[in-house]
Amino acid sequence: MSLDVARIRKDFPILDRTVRGGRPLAYLDSANTSQKPRQVIEALTEFYERHNANIHRATHELGEEATAAYEGARIKIAQFIGTTDETEVVFTKNVTEAINLVAYSIGNATSGAGAGRLRLAEGDEIVITEMEHHSNIVPWQLLCARTGARLRWFNVNQGGLLDLARAGDLISDKTRLVALSHQSNVLGTINPVSQIAERAHAAGALVLVDAAQSVPHGLMDVGSLGADFVGFTGHKMCGPTGIGVLWARRELLEEMPPFLGGGEMIETVWMDRSTYAPPPHKFEAGTMPIAQAVGLGAAVDYLGEVGLEAVRAHEHDLVRHALAALAEIDGLRILGPPRAEGRGSAISFTLDGVHPHDVSQLLDDRGIAVRAGHHCAWPLHRALGVQASTRASLYLYNTHDEVDALAAGIQQAKQFFGGS
Amino acid sequence: MQQLESMYQEIILEHYRRPLHAGLREPFDAEVRHVNPTCGDEVTIRVALKDSSGQPVLADVSYEALGCSISQASVSVMADMIIGEPVTEAMAASEEFLRLMQSKGEAEPDESLLGDAVAFAGVSKYPARIKCALLGWMAWKDATARALNARDDGPHSDGDREQL
Ligand SMILES: Cc1ncc(COP(=O)(O)O)c(C=O)c1O
Repeated sequence: MSLDVARIRKDFPILDRTVRGGRPLAYLDSANTSQKPRQVIEALTEFYERHNANIHRATHELGEEATAAYEGARIKIAQFIGTTDETEVVFTKNVTEAINLVAYSIGNATSGAGAGRLRLAEGDEIVITEMEHHSNIVPWQLLCARTGARLRWFNVNQGGLLDLARAGDLISDKTRLVALSHQSNVLGTINPVSQIAERAHAAGALVLVDAAQSVPHGLMDVGSLGADFVGFTGHKMCGPTGIGVLWARRELLEEMPPFLGGGEMIETVWMDRSTYAPPPHKFEAGTMPIAQAVGLGAAVDYLGEVGLEAVRAHEHDLVRHALAALAEIDGLRILGPPRAEGRGSAISFTLDGVHPHDVSQLLDDRGIAVRAGHHCAWPLHRALGVQASTRASLYLYNTHDEVDALAAGIQQAKQFFGGS
Repeated sequence: MQQLESMYQEIILEHYRRPLHAGLREPFDAEVRHVNPTCGDEVTIRVALKDSSGQPVLADVSYEALGCSISQASVSVMADMIIGEPVTEAMAASEEFLRLMQSKGEAEPDESLLGDAVAFAGVSKYPARIKCALLGWMAWKDATARALNARDDGPHSDGDREQL
């Protein structure tokens, strides 16, 4: 099964435009946010033009249609990540909010009378990793500050892999939660989540997985992953911005206290107290990003129609080509696994003597969009001894030609800044 | 390439490759460290003041900078321009530089105030890079304000350092 990239590219109107005075766009920044296919854009337009109404509370035909579209999207997303129970799918605004939802719910369980396994006490530990996005670091720092729990972490070795040798020391009966990324947004490293989850569960801890970089490539089966919570974000998977997902096992969602309070998340409200709706609605306070959820439903339909296996095979081929092309460049250091096997499609690198900001500016001048900086993973960069990096990230619509243009652009940056 | 070369003027590349006045020096009245949180660029600046005809003058501005060509060159150009100058004149230059950076490439910079720093005019067309060009200037302004305060309160201590 192979992917007809030319046909795929026709689905993404933005890929037709030129940038910086007439250059064709080579968009190599999909790990930051992906482009949107016409099918998703049209789903948004159609929703607003034909079905727009508030959900769950409008007693008219449009309200019924809007509710059906929103709840229909939930079912599609559940299927996409391998669960048959769509009530385990909570809509959030992005993965950052999904992670904060869990952190604040645990905090609320701790200060209120929450279920025992959600309560934290001094001496309890939360374990994360050095390769996390700031979204999967800062919420836990805040939770530790509120509860007196201690934050610990797996280190990353110079090859860009988690140092699992310390797992036995890190994960103990003090551990209450292990939070880690499925796939690194910087290194492309795919972490052995199931193995770590097994150890965490044996120690009585819960496991949260930041799957922002794996779900877009169809790498998610919540049934076999072994996690208790999985978060991801719509805009990196061909969907709109403003919509994300928290998946959690049903019994956990039932035990968890709410995060945000407001309309739609309640069962009954008195002046001094309230009872709450069953999950997932318990966690969806206020008017939700309805059109965006519908758009995300269209995005998973789109990815499903293209075929996830074909997408992954195409990406794998691109990554192999890119790693080979970059390896030819003197002074270029790839951060993370140097081979395409078992690795995702975010490729970060440093270039001797040229700062990533300058590399990306030169590439931008040639129409090549990449990201420069620490990619919201400052501790990871510190651990690898680099101040910043340039990241090219590949998705279903990218081509060999774009990768070749990247390599040529990097060579030019070397000449431009290296001369004296 | 043309637009790009309007940003990466030869004088900028020169300062990037061979920065002037680099390195942290003693003595100093205040030291600050500023960071650009979007990319991690860092600069540490020390300011030493002296009095000359009754007004504070920048006896020395020394720095250590990690970052892109624009941020490195900007701090080098700045140090070269303001060392030995009265604080009021350096402040006027920094205001003019800020105005230039906010001009979206439209301003006619005052070369008598800015000297070589006019070379950064092209940077103002790239919103993402303006912070790079301003990093050193902002840190210098902060360090100078602290140095002026410290002079009012006696000799410096490590407590002047900004904690990050
Ligand atoms: C691994 C990872 N986690 C979290 C995020 C945050 O995503 P969002 O900003 O959509 O919440 C990103 C992307 O920026 C990411 O790559």
